[in-house]
Amino acid sequence: MNTAMAAVTLIDPAPAVAAAPGRSYWGLVLRQLRRDPVAMTAAIVLLLLVAAALLAPWISPADPYKASMLKRLLPPGSPGHWLGTDELGRDMLTRLIYGGRMSLVIGVVPVLAAFVIGTGIGLVAGYVGGWVNMAIMRTLDVFYAFPSVLLAVAIAGALGPGMSNSMIALTMVFIPQVVRVAESVTTQVRHLDYVDAARLSGDSALGIIRHHVLGNVIGPVFVYATGLVSVSMILASGLSFLGLGVKPPEPEWGLMLNTLRSAIYSQPLLAALPGAMIFVTSMAFNLLADGIRSAMDIKR
Amino acid sequence: MLAYFLKRLLATIPIALGVTVVSFLLVYIAPGDPLNAIAPADAPAEVISALRATYGLDRPMPVRYGLWLERALHGDLGASIASGRSVVSEVLAAVSNTLLLAGMAAAVGVTLGCVLGALAGYRVGSSIDRVASAVSVVGVSVPHYWLGLVLTIVFSVKLGWLPAMGAGPGDSEGWAWDMAHLRHLVLPAATLCVIPMGIITRTVRALVADTLNQEFVVSLRARGLPASRIFRHVAKNAAPTVLAVTGLQVGYLMGGSILVETVFAWPGTGFLLNTAIFQRDIPLLQGTILVLCLFFVVLNLFVDMLQPWFDPRIARA
Repeated sequence: MNTAMAAVTLIDPAPAVAAAPGRSYWGLVLRQLRRDPVAMTAAIVLLLLVAAALLAPWISPADPYKASMLKRLLPPGSPGHWLGTDELGRDMLTRLIYGGRMSLVIGVVPVLAAFVIGTGIGLVAGYVGGWVNMAIMRTLDVFYAFPSVLLAVAIAGALGPGMSNSMIALTMVFIPQVVRVAESVTTQVRHLDYVDAARLSGDSALGIIRHHVLGNVIGPVFVYATGLVSVSMILASGLSFLGLGVKPPEPEWGLMLNTLRSAIYSQPLLAALPGAMIFVTSMAFNLLADGIRSAMDIKR
Repeated sequence: MLAYFLKRLLATIPIALGVTVVSFLLVYIAPGDPLNAIAPADAPAEVISALRATYGLDRPMPVRYGLWLERALHGDLGASIASGRSVVSEVLAAVSNTLLLAGMAAAVGVTLGCVLGALAGYRVGSSIDRVASAVSVVGVSVPHYWLGLVLTIVFSVKLGWLPAMGAGPGDSEGWAWDMAHLRHLVLPAATLCVIPMGIITRTVRALVADTLNQEFVVSLRARGLPASRIFRHVAKNAAPTVLAVTGLQVGYLMGGSILVETVFAWPGTGFLLNTAIFQRDIPLLQGTILVLCLFFVVLNLFVDMLQPWFDPRIARA
């Protein structure tokens, strides 16, 4: 074996070297993604947004909560306040930077939670099959009968306004969608010969799922989940916009858009800024998700 | 064909029942006692228990569900805790306004999406194709409540062309088909139509491009069929999928309009839901959700029933 490998390396060293860092499937996907200019631009925009959110206390020019009645609704470009001030005289740039923290968290966390929980339920439904599958999938069909915004508003509304309640509501909206993808892939994989072979050799169900099924399921579910992030960003900020999510005085883009609505007559540009942030973020997530989808479409 | 219709109809019943269960259970995930909204905080224990009995809140849950469902089937969804008015009448008035808005948005969005998608599908890689891609990405990425605000700023605040709020001039009650009312519909409908437009553009583009690549189209071309005849084949192939997506989109618009209705103070279900949530009016919340979802279920059934008309293979499967 070793000598054979050495022989191959001797004859043609170039491909072996080139393939070494990205030999795995995910390595290939990453390499494919790096060649996609649109996806890379989106990724850079997202990196900048995340970096700004993480470094908010160090890069912000002011205190996000410090109000000033004398400096209310200054237009963008005012001295000392590059992007102006909000209806309570707080620095807009600072609040947009801090707002990214909240908005990214309330947008991304529900997708992550639904990804973990939904994959789990989907694996069980798909692997166990039979009446368990029937019970789980038919129950989820009911949730599919709800338009997603309506379900989110209904759950968040019934639970009562609040940041964690809005995240719970969104998680519950996304779980059925993730389960559907995970279940359908699991059902396909479960009947493949090598899974049967593992079962015959006495591997436990949990072991089979972990070693043989999960690896096949995680990819498609991951692609699906990346596509959900932009929807989740819009919905999460939308719930805050309705007053069902993050509460004042916390800086959050959707909430800021709501509180600045009264300023559309006096400072229209200022009033539109927080929404523009949501738009840019959600578009970047969408374009990156499209890039990942086509990058993962390569033959293994 | 009849067997297909019956099968679809029967499959809808458990879903509709499930929807009622979920709507009913919404009351139970609500924290706190629903009586807090009606009873004064210092009410004596006897008054509280009497109220509890009046609203049936002292019975076990399945019994309450059964009673609630029976009344719901008779068109009685209870009374709004806050206003005391019948939930059904409040919901139906609001649904007609939402339906008007969602219907208009869907009609415009789907039409534009079909045209743009077809043009892009016929000329993959051209500049119109790039426009179509941009439209579809923006359509699914834009927070529509923000778009509504931007349109208000441009067309109401800056240009002063269109009204920014409400469904009709000042003191008018209800909808009428005249210029004054239609002017109020323009901005909310334009805002909302972006969502179906983006999705339909993407769907139609993919379908048309895919169909044009198939061998039967090549052979039709080889036989010298004019482009208009070939287009009819393409359209017929795309129709079932477009119809299914459109049905889903109308449903999503019915639910999704809540945010846009808030921006434009449109007196629809979104407005009603907002009131229900912030006044903790659970019967009203429950009733609105139930009616909207049942509408969505029926709409999907209707779309399923229409499908075989475009593609008879669906009924045979």
